[in-house]
Amino acid sequence: MKPTSIIILALIIFSSCKKNSDQPAVNAGLKSSLTLQFDNIAGAANVQLNTGRYTNSVGEDFTITMLQYYISNVQLTTTDGTKYAVPQDSSYFLVRESDPATQFCKLNVPLGEYRSVSFVLGVDSLRSTMDVSKRTGVLDPAATGHDDGGMYWGWNSGYIFFRMEGISSFAPADPAGLKKFRYHIGGFGGYSAPSLNNIKNITLDLSANGTAKVREGRSSNVHIMVDVLKMFNGATDVSIAANPTVMFGDYSARVAANYVQMFRHDHTEN
Amino acid sequence: MRSRKITMIAALVLLCACSKTAIDVFTGFRKPQHFPEPVYRVADNPVSKAGFELGRKLFYDGILSRNNQVSCGFCHIQSAAFTHHGHDVSHGIDDRLGSRNASPIMNLAWRSSFMWDGGIGDLDLQPIAPITNHVEMDESIANILAKLRNTPVYPSLFEKAFGSRDITTARVMKALSQFMIMCVSSESKYDSVMRNQTGFTENEKAGYQLVQQKCAGCHKEPLFTDESFRDNGIAVGYNNDSGRYAVTLNRADLYRFKVPSLRNLAYTAPYMHDGRFYNLQIVLDAYSGDVHDKPNLDPLLKQNGVLGIPLSTTEKTQILAFLNTLNDHQFVNNKMLAEQ
Repeated sequence: MKPTSIIILALIIFSSCKKNSDQPAVNAGLKSSLTLQFDNIAGAANVQLNTGRYTNSVGEDFTITMLQYYISNVQLTTTDGTKYAVPQDSSYFLVRESDPATQFCKLNVPLGEYRSVSFVLGVDSLRSTMDVSKRTGVLDPAATGHDDGGMYWGWNSGYIFFRMEGISSFAPADPAGLKKFRYHIGGFGGYSAPSLNNIKNITLDLSANGTAKVREGRSSNVHIMVDVLKMFNGATDVSIAANPTVMFGDYSARVAANYVQMFRHDHTEN
Repeated sequence: MRSRKITMIAALVLLCACSKTAIDVFTGFRKPQHFPEPVYRVADNPVSKAGFELGRKLFYDGILSRNNQVSCGFCHIQSAAFTHHGHDVSHGIDDRLGSRNASPIMNLAWRSSFMWDGGIGDLDLQPIAPITNHVEMDESIANILAKLRNTPVYPSLFEKAFGSRDITTARVMKALSQFMIMCVSSESKYDSVMRNQTGFTENEKAGYQLVQQKCAGCHKEPLFTDESFRDNGIAVGYNNDSGRYAVTLNRADLYRFKVPSLRNLAYTAPYMHDGRFYNLQIVLDAYSGDVHDKPNLDPLLKQNGVLGIPLSTTEKTQILAFLNTLNDHQFVNNKMLAEQ
């Protein structure tokens, strides 16, 4: 064998070995499962609806009776910097604390190793103004009831991006005698005239706590902690006594500026 | 002999054609000649006879409300040009009162936004607001879909309209839109004049000229609204309704409301967003002599430092005569739009 042939052969073997041991950054053809798990916590405690008791930074006690939010427009970046956007029609999720299955957002993405994930907390403005026929699944105004978990505003058409309700001894009693607080945060920027925009982009770097290795026949689970205390505690210390009800109004922008900090990558199961 | 046969065939063909027109009167959505192009995307939801009839049935069916008693037609009465006749604000379910005057279901295909504050930008999403509102129909969309699926007649009506028995949010909304955009009012005397079929009286003509000079800045022909939001100088309401501000959170929109059409005013009293004025005379009196100088008052109501629109008694009479030509008797009596 000529030396050049040996070199070529060695190169072929070397590159094929490399391929076997290490996935290419993005394999255009093959896809496999990647899950984003949203694990709601309050500081160092797991969120337990109705029973868990928590305290915010201004010393107000509270329980949580409802917690749900939209995650949409997921984008992934591989270790070599290639970006992959999950097709829009399969990129809308409603995470609800009351329904564990919804806390796992299942994606089908090209094989590869991903070092960061980004998503929108809420619903993008384009989808918020689309034809009703494009509003299916979790975006169907029928998907959620109107009192118990409604995530759609009919009067000012748009989605509620983040909804948390609970009871606090610091909240004023409502007509039914309940000391409830209600945070319904939305606002996609307005249909025809500019208005409140609380759409938030969140990017999580996975490299420190575990990249997501999406391989054939395997499924990767990116475990994200969502600390709801950060909705209260942040650039603005949100007080339940001062603002027991925050819905479509200027103050909601402060709540949204706080809750953008809720998300932290904890680990990845590959 | 041969020519007789041909005549007979021709007669038969003619007869068939005639009977066909007699049976099949449904023409779908048609833009009146003197109207602009519609805003509604009719091509995306072409009006079929079955779709229109389904929409009409839904519009008049109380099933869309929590207690199955309050239909859309409850507050949108055809004889009142689809408004809530005589009510300043409407009473909905359990006689709960709303805070605004019901708007007419009229020429909606030309509207770019809905409600007095324009909070809804698409007719297909509009019905969700009254359906889910606690003081109107107080029902969830999910529950409506469940009720419709369990009502024997509906699945087959959806099949006729949309090709399958599936009942979805989009189909309910599209059917309602098909009915609503068919509620076109374009057969008033004004419209006949525009089509050169008749002429105005002297009084009406004088009124028309006055409206063109003094009102057209907001009430633009031929729909008699420019779809904008304005503070028209009325005093802040009893409930401090902030109007457009609630939607945009922009201080410049405080107390601004959608400019309503001037069509069919004879049927749609009372007037203004909260129905505070019971007749047109007092409306004209307000424009000429009772304009409140609020921060966002429309500049057209304060020209050269003068508040309001100067109008003499004669001018008011002439304007009222013209406004009468905008009433569409055919529209409020059109059997096709009525509950069947």
